[in-house]
Amino acid sequence: MARTDFGPPDYREMVPPIIKENYGDWKYHTVPRPGVLRHVSNSGAVLHSVRVASPRLVSSEWIHDICDIAEKYCDGYLRFTTRNNVEFLVADETKLEPLLAELDEKDYLIGGVGLSISNVVHTQGWIHCKSAVTDASGITKSIMDEMTGYFTGKQKVPARLRIAVACCVNMCGACHCSDIAIVGIHRTVPRINDEMASRICEIPTTVASCPTGAIRPNPKLKSVEINPEKCMMCGNCTVVCPAIKIMDPVNDGVSIWVGGKVSNARTAPMFSRLAIPFIPNEPPRWSTVTAAVKNLVEVWAANARDGERMGEWIGRIGWERFFKLADLPFTDKHIDDFTHAKTTFRSTTQFKF
Amino acid sequence: MDDRKTPLLDELEKGDWPSFVTEIKRAAAKNKSAADLLAQLESSYEENIGHWKHGGIVGVKGYGGGVVGRYSDEPEKFPHIKEFHTIRVNQPAGFFYTTKKLRQLADIWDKYGSGLYNLHGSTGDCILLGTTTENLQPCVDELADIGFDLGGSGGALRTLSCCVGAARCEKACIDSMQIIHDLTLHYQDAIHRPAWPYKFKIKVSACPNDCAAASARSDLAIIGIWRDAIRIDNEAVRAAVDNGFDIFNRVIRKCPSEALLWDTEKKELTVCAEDCVHCMNCINMMPKAISIGREQGAALMIGGKAPVVKGAMLGWVLVPFIKLEPPYTELKEIIDKITDWWADHGKNRERVSELIVRMGLANFLEAVGLKPLPQMVHEPRSNPYIFWNAEEVEKRG
Repeated sequence: MARTDFGPPDYREMVPPIIKENYGDWKYHTVPRPGVLRHVSNSGAVLHSVRVASPRLVSSEWIHDICDIAEKYCDGYLRFTTRNNVEFLVADETKLEPLLAELDEKDYLIGGVGLSISNVVHTQGWIHCKSAVTDASGITKSIMDEMTGYFTGKQKVPARLRIAVACCVNMCGACHCSDIAIVGIHRTVPRINDEMASRICEIPTTVASCPTGAIRPNPKLKSVEINPEKCMMCGNCTVVCPAIKIMDPVNDGVSIWVGGKVSNARTAPMFSRLAIPFIPNEPPRWSTVTAAVKNLVEVWAANARDGERMGEWIGRIGWERFFKLADLPFTDKHIDDFTHAKTTFRSTTQFKF
Repeated sequence: MDDRKTPLLDELEKGDWPSFVTEIKRAAAKNKSAADLLAQLESSYEENIGHWKHGGIVGVKGYGGGVVGRYSDEPEKFPHIKEFHTIRVNQPAGFFYTTKKLRQLADIWDKYGSGLYNLHGSTGDCILLGTTTENLQPCVDELADIGFDLGGSGGALRTLSCCVGAARCEKACIDSMQIIHDLTLHYQDAIHRPAWPYKFKIKVSACPNDCAAASARSDLAIIGIWRDAIRIDNEAVRAAVDNGFDIFNRVIRKCPSEALLWDTEKKELTVCAEDCVHCMNCINMMPKAISIGREQGAALMIGGKAPVVKGAMLGWVLVPFIKLEPPYTELKEIIDKITDWWADHGKNRERVSELIVRMGLANFLEAVGLKPLPQMVHEPRSNPYIFWNAEEVEKRG
C-alpha cells in the first residue's frame, strides 16, 4: 500500500533563505518598475519579486525553462501567484538587471503588478471539461493579445482591472466577482434521451438540480421532463444526468459581466453584473468578444477617476450612464428575475467593533 | 511530431501573450496524447463544440478523490486521449517551489502523463493534465516518493489555498501559509475521502485585500484583520505629500467610513479607530506611512460560492474576530461544528450557504454555538415574519 495522507510538501522547505529570515517582518514594498516588487524588511533586507505572464496551461519544457532562469538568478526558488503568474524571487540585487534583460530577450512579459490588467483567471474549456460551452484558453489568449500593453505597463489604467473567463455558469474561478467576466452560456432547452435516463439517471437528484423547478419526473418513461417555459438553460441538469444534452454549437456562446470586485478596499466586495447577454462563439479569435472587452476597458480607462475600479466607477456614474458611455443596449435580459434572499447578510470585512 | 494540420489553433500562436497552443505543441512533440489533445481541440474550434464525454469515476487506492476522470467522445479518432484524466496535486502553501522539486515533478509526469499542466487550478492545486487509468496508481506512488500528495475533489474538503501572507507582505495580519499547511495536515481524511453533501472550500487571505479571493471562492474564508488602530507615521505621510501625493483625493475622500482626518496646516493625519472599517485603502495607498494595527487576528466569512444552484454568494461575517495561533484549536472546533451540522442536514449537492439560507441563519448560529451579532448583517430584517418558540414566549411573558 502506498503512503497516504501526508499532504503537500512543507512550504518552509520551498521558500528562499531571505524569506525564512524575514518571515512576518516586512516593513514596506514599492514598485520600482512595472512587474517588479521591491520588499524591504525591518532588518533592512531587500527582496525583489519579478512577475511574468504565464499561459497557465504549460508543458514540462516550459517548467524546465523557468527553472533554468530561477537557478541562474534566484538560487533555485520561484513561486506562482493566485492569478497564475510566475514570480522570480531575487535576493541578490546585482542579479536583478541581468534577470530582467534575459526575460526581455526571451520574450517573457514582465508585468501584472499594481495598476495593471493582470493575468486572466480562466478554466478548462474545450481542452478538458465536459460542460464547457466555450474555450477558456482561446478567449484568454485572444483578449490578452489585445491587453498586453496594460499588463506590461506600457498603457495606463486608473486602477487594477481583473478579467476572468469561465466556460460555463458553474463559474469555476472568481468570474462572479471580477471587473470584467466572460461566461459561457446556452440558449436552448436541453434534450432528454428517455431510454438512457431510465437506465443511468438518479431522477430525484436531477429534479433537485434545477434552480427554477422546471424539471419534474416522468414516471411513465422512468425519466424526467422539462417545462421549456421555466428553463433558463443553465445546464445544471446535464451535469448530474448524462442522458440530458444541452450543447448546441449554433446557439451557445458567451455573456459579458462587469463591475465585480473581491477586495474590501474603499468599497465592499461586489458581484459582477450583466453587460452583454450574448455573443456567439467565434474561434479561434472570438473577435466580437475581444472587441467588446477592449471597448469596456477603454471606456472605463477614459472616464474613471484615479484609483476607481470598474464597479466603483459604475457606482458613481450610475448604470444608466454606463450603458450610454459603453454604447451597449439595455434589454429585458438585464433585468433580474431570480431569487434574491440573503441580501441583508454582511458580505464584507468592513464593520466596526 | 504529428502531421495533422491545425490552422485555427495556429492563429493562437501569433500575438504577444504567451501561447497555450505553443505549449501543447511542445508537449505533442514527444507525447502522443498531447498530439491527440491538440487535434481534438482543433475539431472543437471547427465545430464550436467540446468533445469530452460525461464523467467516469477513476481514482487511486485509499482515496475517494483527487483524480478527475475524462474520456474523449471520439476515441476512434483520438485514441491516445480515449482516457485523459486529471490528477490534482496539492500545491505547497503560497505556491512556493524549489526548482529541484518542480523538475522532479515534471520528470514523473513525462513518464506517466501528457507532459501538460495547469499551474495552477483555480482552487490552487497543481494540475497534471491527462493520463490513462492504468498510469494513475504508479504515477501517484512516485509523486508520493517526492513528497507530493493529492488534492481534493468531489464532496470533500477541497485543497486549501492562501495568499503569500507573512512570507512577503507587510500587510499580513495572520500567517496564511502556516494556517493552511496546518489545516491541510489536520484534515487529510476529509480531503481524501469525500464524506459530505457537496464540496467545501477553505481559503485564507492575510488581510482584507483578499488576494486569494477567499470571500468569493470559499465556503469558509479566513481573512486577516486587526481590532485596534492603524499605525500612522506622520513623518512618512508628510514626505509623501511633499512629494506630490494627492492625499485628499486618494486617501481622505476614499475612506468609506470617513475615519481619517487631515489637518492641512499641521500636515497631520489622524484616525478615529472606532470608525475605521479596516478596508485597507489608506494602507495600500501609503505603504511606507500607514500600517496595520497591532492586535491582529481574523474574521471568518461563511458561504462564498458560484451560482449553481441558488445563485452566487459572497461569504458573510460569521465571526468578526478570532485570534489565530497554532494549533488553531478554536478555529478547528468551529470548522468541525459547521461541517457536522451541514453533513447532518444538507441535501445532496447542497452547499453550506444554501443550507443556511434554507434553514435560517439564526438556526445555524444556534447549532454551531455562535451568538447573533450586528456585524453579521448589513441591516436588520425589514419584514415582521418572525419565528418565536413557545418556550421563549412563556419565559419572557
